[in-house]
Amino acid sequence: MEAANKVDMPVADTEARVKKQSAFWKTLKRYRALFIMIIPGMLYLIINNYLPMFGVIIAFKDINYAKGILGSDWLGFKNFEYLFKTSDAWIITRNTILYNGSFIFINTVLAIAVAILLNEVRIKLLSRFYQSIILLPFLISMVIVGYLGLSMMSVESGFLNKQILPMLGIDPISWYSEPKYWPYILTFVNIWKNVGYLCIIFLASIIGIDHEYYEAATIDGASKWQQIRSITVPLIMPTITIMTLLAIGRIFYSDFGLFFQVPLNSGPLQPVTDVIDTYVYRGLMTLGDIGMSSAAGLYQSLVGFVLVLVANYIVSRKNRDQALF
Amino acid sequence: MNKNYMNQGFVHAIFIVLVSLCLFPFLLLVMASFTAEQSIVRDGYSLFPKMLSLDAYTYLWNESTALLRAYGITIMITVIGTFVGLLISALLAYPLSRRDMPMRGVLSFLVFFTLLFNGGLVPTYLVYTEVFHLKNTLMSLIIPGLLTNGFFILLIRSFFSTSIPVPIIESAYIDGATEFKIFYRIVLPLSLPILATIGLMLTISYWNDWFNGLIYITKPELFSIQNLLNRMLTNIQFLQQNNLGGNSSQAAASVPMNSVRMAMAVVGILPIIMVYPFFQKYFVKGLTIGAVKG
Repeated sequence: MEAANKVDMPVADTEARVKKQSAFWKTLKRYRALFIMIIPGMLYLIINNYLPMFGVIIAFKDINYAKGILGSDWLGFKNFEYLFKTSDAWIITRNTILYNGSFIFINTVLAIAVAILLNEVRIKLLSRFYQSIILLPFLISMVIVGYLGLSMMSVESGFLNKQILPMLGIDPISWYSEPKYWPYILTFVNIWKNVGYLCIIFLASIIGIDHEYYEAATIDGASKWQQIRSITVPLIMPTITIMTLLAIGRIFYSDFGLFFQVPLNSGPLQPVTDVIDTYVYRGLMTLGDIGMSSAAGLYQSLVGFVLVLVANYIVSRKNRDQALF
Repeated sequence: MNKNYMNQGFVHAIFIVLVSLCLFPFLLLVMASFTAEQSIVRDGYSLFPKMLSLDAYTYLWNESTALLRAYGITIMITVIGTFVGLLISALLAYPLSRRDMPMRGVLSFLVFFTLLFNGGLVPTYLVYTEVFHLKNTLMSLIIPGLLTNGFFILLIRSFFSTSIPVPIIESAYIDGATEFKIFYRIVLPLSLPILATIGLMLTISYWNDWFNGLIYITKPELFSIQNLLNRMLTNIQFLQQNNLGGNSSQAAASVPMNSVRMAMAVVGILPIIMVYPFFQKYFVKGLTIGAVKG
């Protein structure tokens, strides 16, 4: 159909080259409009994504604004040496992996349970209503979640300190300066905000299951619990595996808002709320320690990249169609 | 099809608990905004406050300059960001969906690679502040969120290549339509479902965005509603300190700051909550297509 495919067999070398060249120009002319269309998007990706990728060299430099980014002196691996000499690198890596690991596990289990239950609601209108409400927290910004948290945990006027704890005869707790509660609080907030999303994904997969399996099982006298265990869960297993592997591929990246807004950026809580993302942010914006911050950022990008590749490799071994590439 | 369901009483009981857990913090926030300041100081936030009051909303109404400006900025960046983001995404996705597009593989890979690797916060920040000097401009609230990475482009591309019949495009071309005409007369109208879905996701992410404002904006007069809320979360006096309230005639002590803060949060989520029921279908669709292969 296109001119590009109609290159004749070469008679002589030069003649062929001329023809090839003219074919190239013909193709370019034919597809000129399509190439123009991609310009804004490609330009954007170059600025927003590719320039920063080359910007990772900052981690190996002693950034001096007067000299500019390219003109600053090279430091080699000094920034990384400093980073891994302190206990910071260990603490933020541990926090990031432990939090994300438990989020993946707990959210998946709860979301499957809720999705199965949603599918058991006989009145479809009510099922849709429940679904919308459970998804509501996913829709709002983390700043608002910070406010909701404050209305619960504010020391002087929070719902917990003023209404719940007095009822139980417990003294008020200064939530925002007691690190020991925060692993639980953050896990709870994360469940509250994100389970609805995962639940919708699993529900879509459950709805796709053929009803005949259940009918056959009912005739054979299988209980509801047996049906869930031997039909529903095995049949949505591919979705569960994919969602889990994708999440594991992103285990080095945290939900910055959760760890920044919900604890109100409180200093005393840092040992238990600091993750790689908050560490990088603080180094850049409050401490002005660009070297350390960019080293931690590159560490995250590289490990994250490897994890995505590994996760995708495992997915593609399990099911070629579900893999990203 | 007769399906045997679980005991409905048990199922509904569980959902009543779950729905209450999801809604409770929102109800508490709304009630807090309607609670008289003395009541908050004495009894804390409660679903059934002893003294109700409209003071917080009266204050916001009287001192609305800052709030209205932040609202205006949020609406502006949301509208512009969604429109431009959608346009350049669709423009980039369409040629990549065409099987006859030269260099399709290389270009698609360039889009796709942005999902796998990113330079991270520090280089991105330095590119926008040191190279393009976007610090303290409204552009810094719009540009970083336009595409973020190639994810939406891949979603739109696969919609184009599966839902738009190639013969339609070919016959339009043979009839003498230009590529741009084919794009906006045929491709875009046939793709309204995906464009609505992605547009909704972009709208929500612009409305909820506080991160770009946090790192790029330091001038209070350029704050979006989320940034104003963000500042007031840790600094309750922020509105007054910056004289953002226009005439600061009211003495600081008499301002019902605890409830004002909650009222502002209510005003911040109100638009999203109000449109949510109407767009829920597209929202759910956006989440589920995002989960399967792009």
